[in-house]
Amino acid sequence: MNTLYELRDLGKLYAQQLRTTFATMVQYRASLIIWTISAVLEPLVYLVVWTTVSNGSGGSVGSYTAGGFAAYYIVLMLVNQATYTWIMYEYEYRVRQGSLSFSLLRPVHPIHADIADNLSSKLVTLPLLLGAALVLGLLFRPSAVLQPWAIAAFLPALVLAFLLRFLVEWTLALAAFWTTRVSAFNQVYFVLMLFLSGQLAPLALFPGWLQTVAFVLPFRWMVGFPVELALGRLGPLQAVEGLGMQAAWLGLSLLLVRFVWKRGVRVYSAVGA
Amino acid sequence: MNALRLFAVFFRVSVLNEAAYRVNFFVQVFQTLLELGTSLAGLAVIYSYTQSLGGWRPNEMLALVGIFFLVGGIIGLIIQPGMSALIDAVRDGTLDFTLTKPEDAQLLASIQKAAVWSLIDLLMGLGVLVAALVRMRTGLSAGQVVAFAAMLLAGSVIVYSFWLILASLSFWFVRVENLLEIFRSMYEAGRWPISIYPGWLRFGLTFLVPVAFATTVPAEALTGRLGPGTLFLALAGAVGLFLLARLVWTLGLRRYSGASA
Repeated sequence: MNTLYELRDLGKLYAQQLRTTFATMVQYRASLIIWTISAVLEPLVYLVVWTTVSNGSGGSVGSYTAGGFAAYYIVLMLVNQATYTWIMYEYEYRVRQGSLSFSLLRPVHPIHADIADNLSSKLVTLPLLLGAALVLGLLFRPSAVLQPWAIAAFLPALVLAFLLRFLVEWTLALAAFWTTRVSAFNQVYFVLMLFLSGQLAPLALFPGWLQTVAFVLPFRWMVGFPVELALGRLGPLQAVEGLGMQAAWLGLSLLLVRFVWKRGVRVYSAVGA
Repeated sequence: MNALRLFAVFFRVSVLNEAAYRVNFFVQVFQTLLELGTSLAGLAVIYSYTQSLGGWRPNEMLALVGIFFLVGGIIGLIIQPGMSALIDAVRDGTLDFTLTKPEDAQLLASIQKAAVWSLIDLLMGLGVLVAALVRMRTGLSAGQVVAFAAMLLAGSVIVYSFWLILASLSFWFVRVENLLEIFRSMYEAGRWPISIYPGWLRFGLTFLVPVAFATTVPAEALTGRLGPGTLFLALAGAVGLFLLARLVWTLGLRRYSGASA
């Protein structure tokens, strides 16, 4: 009974945050365009680099042809868009300026407002990204083997990837409670993401030991895994393994975020408090 | 000469300001080393599959990475802080203080602020560049060195003029910080030789946002790839864009109404 009410209220909260964020974002149209440019540019650069490599070495690198790279980086761009967060920058500001105090006064955990804000921002940027994906598709001629079961498995993998990345980055953002030098922390995290989530190159192109490392750590499960799954590069067994790793890391990060949040709030002292 | 003396004075003030936060030095060294290491590791992955990327061999690519950090350091050291401060000053009206000083206002606005720690990027970039040259073992002709220096200067002037034009737009529009963001994300594309990009993107990175002149062209000069056409284009572009920036700045100043007006 109680939980039912809570769920309904949460639903209301999400809906309201959605309206607020939507209204805010539409005000800043120029920022949207600029954001889109940078969201497209990074995968585009790596796509061009790898296309150049594969054209220079007989048409393919490992199991990836030029068309294979095109498909990989276009889907990666979309998955990255679906899962990425900017919460680290937000939290540094909130803790430094003390504006976190307001969210602490609310009767719900502040993470809900952040998730709702994240999702609604993405609803606004999704059409732009889909348009960009279409243009890139026409320019670079992607090719992939699409399998119905893999596409079906892609959806839960994407949802798990979103939740996992959100929790991990939200936890990382809480570092702002203890230090003012979060940019160094963030940079280490971004480097790990670049290499181990499949942004620099499809993980299949890395040496074996690095692939093992990527399998154990959470980064691949936040971006690379859904991409490989959608493009039919994984077998059914690997898909189940991957979903299992995602679920395991999600459980772990849930424990971690609770632990860190409790400690962090205790350390937090707002300006003027 | 006067400009250099002024620059030295402003720079010393910036150094004194930052000297109070010495830990920042180590944080910045750590971050630059991390970024540099990431760059090199990325290249190692790519060159494990190929001998040359669009005709650029590993050592030549290393030189490009060095130039990327070197020019990034110049931008971060002096261009970006000055232009950001200029935008704020126009919005808040504090540009009044600059205008009342008995020196050219464009010069003052451009050099009054320096982010000292970007020197680390600049120096490490220079180090990588020297390492790349040593590893190439081909030796440089005097002509190549002169061409490189000229292209580095031309590239820096082009980037500076481009930023000044964008920043001067704040005389007409309120929010232009975002435009500077475009350059920052486009500059990332300059890590790689511009010749690998498809035609439309190469055009954009050369003529719309002049990243090509900042990194690829100086690297071309150093590796003996620079044709007379590009050399001329870079020099003419530097002079032309600098004059254009001066014009936009002058027109903008006429619209500036100060803090109390």
